[in-house]
Amino acid sequence: MAERRMPVVSCVVLGLVLLCAVAGPWFAPHEASEIALAESMTPPFWRSGGSLDYPLGTDMLGRDILSRIIAGARVSVTVAVYAIALSGGIGAALGISAGYFGGIVDAVISRLIDIQMSIPAIPLAMLFAAVLPPGEGMVITIIVLTYWTWYARIVRGEVLSLRERDFITVARVAGVSSPMILIRHLTPNVLNTLLVLATLQFGSVIVFEAGLSFLGLGIQPPQVSWGGMLADGRNFIEVAWWLITMPGIAIMASCLASNLLGDWLRDTFDPKRRLT
Amino acid sequence: MRAYLIRRLWQGAVAVLGALVIVFVAQRLAGDPVALLLPMDASEEDFAAMREALGLDRPLPVQFLVFLRDAFTGDFGESYQWQAPAMALLLERLPATLELALAGLAFALLLAVPLGVMSAVYRGRWVDRLAKMLALLGQAMPGFWVGLLLILFLAVRLQWLPAFGREGPLHLVLPAVALGWYPVAAMTRTLRSSMLDILDSDYIRTGRVMGLPERTVIWRYALRNAAVPLATMIGVYFANMLGGAFVIEVVFAWPGVGRAVVDAVFARDFPVVQAGVLLSAVIFVVVNLLVDLSYGLIDPRIRHG
Repeated sequence: MAERRMPVVSCVVLGLVLLCAVAGPWFAPHEASEIALAESMTPPFWRSGGSLDYPLGTDMLGRDILSRIIAGARVSVTVAVYAIALSGGIGAALGISAGYFGGIVDAVISRLIDIQMSIPAIPLAMLFAAVLPPGEGMVITIIVLTYWTWYARIVRGEVLSLRERDFITVARVAGVSSPMILIRHLTPNVLNTLLVLATLQFGSVIVFEAGLSFLGLGIQPPQVSWGGMLADGRNFIEVAWWLITMPGIAIMASCLASNLLGDWLRDTFDPKRRLT
Repeated sequence: MRAYLIRRLWQGAVAVLGALVIVFVAQRLAGDPVALLLPMDASEEDFAAMREALGLDRPLPVQFLVFLRDAFTGDFGESYQWQAPAMALLLERLPATLELALAGLAFALLLAVPLGVMSAVYRGRWVDRLAKMLALLGQAMPGFWVGLLLILFLAVRLQWLPAFGREGPLHLVLPAVALGWYPVAAMTRTLRSSMLDILDSDYIRTGRVMGLPERTVIWRYALRNAAVPLATMIGVYFANMLGGAFVIEVVFAWPGVGRAVVDAVFARDFPVVQAGVLLSAVIFVVVNLLVDLSYGLIDPRIRHG
């Protein structure tokens, strides 16, 4: 396969999503929750009855779809950043420890991974949704519980092979302490892998969060989320097609961009895979 | 083989036990069930009596053992909403979920097998590129959104297919497509790469040299071996569909296990949620176990010593 160019479009899309998350309120045409009943159900601007005041149309309360998508980016990115940092951090720490120390530490951590992976994610999410108060914190908790195994399993495998390499043996013989070997010598060597996993996880976190919020178990109104917008739009599917297409496109674009960028990063860091 | 069997059974048992622990802990985190069960103006004595009746006054390890004993007999208590045993309520709905999962799997295979084979045979040509695009989209479009789009176009606009409920085979089409959508990507890619490997192998070359028609070589001889990695995935995705069709069932108002559990979450109907989570976990573990054990049957080269 010849496509080894940097995925520029993906970077632009992800850049836009991040920009909306950080600076959205400054350039969004309207307040996300601004209600204008007189303008309710305005179609997108290219359809008759649409106007450039509401480029992507409005919902049943006359709220601007574009502004709400911009506001939803903030929630998606916030959840994704926390969830990725925590699941990546916890997963990597456990994976490195399991791989490096082996023995009982490895056995315990590996069993934990097995157990976690044998429980499907969505029912587990249901369980926690029934127990924890809904909102960003709950969504992040559920995602961390589901995804730490991803990192732990892969990092463990990498460390298992790194451990046998000469530079680690030399460090050990030279009397470098275990914590120091873990932090100074092993962690930098799994950073590439972590970056690839984190990029790929961004997309799946957005989809996961959207699913929970769509069910009404994730982000709660008045906070705006793409999944919540889809749930609102579902009730008006017969009259306003833009309510369920626009937020979905936002989800798809962010997820596609992060998958493509993640794949590219993986191939770039690991030249062996380029051949396949 | 026997050692392997024992090890896998043991692993499965540990996983189910882990799920039980998680459910038990979550139940304790949920707060005092007594407060939910008793009227607002209940007295201290009422509370104490209720706690004793439910066994909540006993030490935690004892409570856990009682919970385990009940769990093994399928007893998760009565649904607060329906005043019926929670597990029985869900098992009643299992056929609907099973039907949907089978239909979803059938759709995924109907699309993935031809696409995977063709994209390996015509590598680099338009079929291959189409399959790659579909794979990328498949992973980026959440199934429930695909479901909404299907409803919009095929049910609302064109009115070809019904969107909600479970009244006949036609009602099954849209939810099955939405549910089967996601695995298509991974299945196609897996089949493509194993087909590519096998089309390169000696026995395929021999077959061709012997003058077998290309169609026979590809669909009879190559596909049979290339399908082994696919078979693994089928099990995993089937388990996921059985235990994870929650959002799709809600989108299409499908009367299955997933939707019942979502309703129960909203109603704070904890026994049903617990039973649902454990049912999913057990199905997931058992299906994966069966898949692992069936490797040897599908491919005699992988017999575990």
